[in-house]
Amino acid sequence: MNIARSHVLISIDAGTIMAGARGVQAELVEEIKKKGLSGEVAVLETGNLGVTGMGVVLVVYPEGFYYGNVTKEDIPEFVEEQLLKGRLVKRLLLTQAPKRFIIRREKMGLTKEQPRIVLKNCGFINPESIEEYIAAGGYEAASKALTAMTPEEVIGEVKRSALAGRGGAAFPTAAKWEFARKAPGEEKFIICNADEGEPGTFKDRLILEGDPHKLLEGMLIAGYAVGASKGFIYIRGEYALSIERTEKAIADARSYGLLGNTIFDKPFGFDIEVMKGAGAYVCGEETALIESLEGHRGHPRNKPPYPVVSGLWGKPTVVNNVETLANIAEIVRNGANWFKQYGTPKCAGTKVYTILGHVATPGLIETEMGTTLRDIIYDYGGGIGDGKQFKGALVGGAAGAFLGPDMLDVQMDFVNLKEYAAALGSGAILVMNQDTSMVDMLKSVLHFFKHESCGHCAPCRLGTARLVEIVDRIADSEAKADDVDRLLAIASVMKDTSFCPLGQSLYLPVSSCLKYFREEIAGS
Amino acid sequence: MSDQHTCACADAQEEELYPKLSEIVEGNRGKPENLIMVLHKAQNLFGYLPKKVQQIVAEGLGLSLSQVYGVVTFYSFFSTSPKGRNTIKVCLGTACYVRGGQQALGKVENELGIKVGGTTEDRRYSVDVVRCIGACGLAPAMLVNDDVYGRVKTTKVMEILDRYE
Repeated sequence: MNIARSHVLISIDAGTIMAGARGVQAELVEEIKKKGLSGEVAVLETGNLGVTGMGVVLVVYPEGFYYGNVTKEDIPEFVEEQLLKGRLVKRLLLTQAPKRFIIRREKMGLTKEQPRIVLKNCGFINPESIEEYIAAGGYEAASKALTAMTPEEVIGEVKRSALAGRGGAAFPTAAKWEFARKAPGEEKFIICNADEGEPGTFKDRLILEGDPHKLLEGMLIAGYAVGASKGFIYIRGEYALSIERTEKAIADARSYGLLGNTIFDKPFGFDIEVMKGAGAYVCGEETALIESLEGHRGHPRNKPPYPVVSGLWGKPTVVNNVETLANIAEIVRNGANWFKQYGTPKCAGTKVYTILGHVATPGLIETEMGTTLRDIIYDYGGGIGDGKQFKGALVGGAAGAFLGPDMLDVQMDFVNLKEYAAALGSGAILVMNQDTSMVDMLKSVLHFFKHESCGHCAPCRLGTARLVEIVDRIADSEAKADDVDRLLAIASVMKDTSFCPLGQSLYLPVSSCLKYFREEIAGS
Repeated sequence: MSDQHTCACADAQEEELYPKLSEIVEGNRGKPENLIMVLHKAQNLFGYLPKKVQQIVAEGLGLSLSQVYGVVTFYSFFSTSPKGRNTIKVCLGTACYVRGGQQALGKVENELGIKVGGTTEDRRYSVDVVRCIGACGLAPAMLVNDDVYGRVKTTKVMEILDRYE
């Protein structure tokens, strides 16, 4: 491998492929060859660079310049000016992008670079190359765990890090592992929940597309800690590129001996399989997901017994979210104390968010737990855009909470938001400007739940249908006098009586929407 | 990704596809846990899952037809009626809804003269709705087969669809 003076990173993910990234990549390589720069400039394929909706995105290193909306036609000029002559192509330069990694902490009077734990490699390495992952320190943590630590020590380290599940429920990860480890039984399983169906959330997709080995390494360590020899990654059927890259990563890890019957010469074997989902939101619920993995309809199971005792095929099973598992390698490698320096005292580490809706630059970010909504919208998202005002945000997807302007400066983490009767959920932040109709928003959320209700239990099946009828009446200006109260009453009964979180979680968006926008909804 | 484009087109003779189905089923004989994966493959082959296909799958995997039918109708990916050569899926997830997904859908329905779930008479297009495809940064999004289109404006809809024969 010769050393290049310049590196051009091109983001190849579902969004940029659509914008023509493959064509731009081919043209770029060709043009570099034509100009005789092949030995000096390297073109590297990578995952999402943290910018979405800006077409094909390139980053030039060592300068760190971001270019967006690049087309094939721009390439000759880009190569001539930027790569040959070292001059900026200003019309393509993204001035917003680099800010994504730096956030201003006005109160602290300093500009602080935000840690990247989960997304450390995303946008920096080629996700299809196991060599690049290893070169970036990959599988070091697995090696440390398997050769120098006992399973109990691994669990202890994760426990001290206070890592909480990133799928939304924030259950302590180490506790789950410990339960499964102590549960009787020879055969145990690790399942990665990559059935990311919460509207507005696509962080797991970008982790899988950008750094699949990070997940595999996390699963390998989890398997060792729990005493499982088999892992499954349940990926949404819609995520074609995630499935392709994860399967390639698994094949590469097998050929490097990082998955298989003996790993690091230890009498410990672990292998991973990908399962493609078939389109059912309820399968994001862990017991429904397990049913689906077994080949059944995705109906949730009764709890208890919890999956850690009786999960897949009745065996002890740990179900963790992609982002949770993507934290594991860094925790094991750097230690719990290192991890705890980030975030808030009650909630350690970082959170990956997707910001979308009415913001200037939608995209994927990772910031410390405790970052306020204001910082996220204005520093990372570039503000509301079009000179409009902030009206509200839906945080955590359809099952999340509506937040009004009074919540802009509240520190966001799993624990703190709970005190405000809100939730961080999956980490989707949908921002709405002054022109957004909240009736429309609520209608969209309720139609979503009606569509996805699995029909297993009556409160959810009937409740979602009634809620949709009412919200449609409101939207058509045919509401009855007590319709708004009825919305809340039905949602409240569903919260108390539904069988699984799908029906229970609907209360949060309904109640929070009415808390902030009751007048608007009642008045329409 | 490419193997997903070999979806069964209406003009392909269904009969010729059954030996291929047998191969898939044979590889999973007596493994009911592989049902969903087998159905994915069968649907890639036929474009939909007619009763006869479900019967063969049920028999091969050691399940009853009602169990297979139950799974087929539970998941939105699976269809029991033939689809057009090209499947259009308009996203109406929250982010797309806010950004005008409903208008894009209305345009598709009006131009093609069919409603959600329908197929054009020449079997060129089918229209469906999806709830979030995870492309919210590009809202409103539309899928044609496996190709994602973002920021779909009503004026652009037919330009996109014309590319698919």
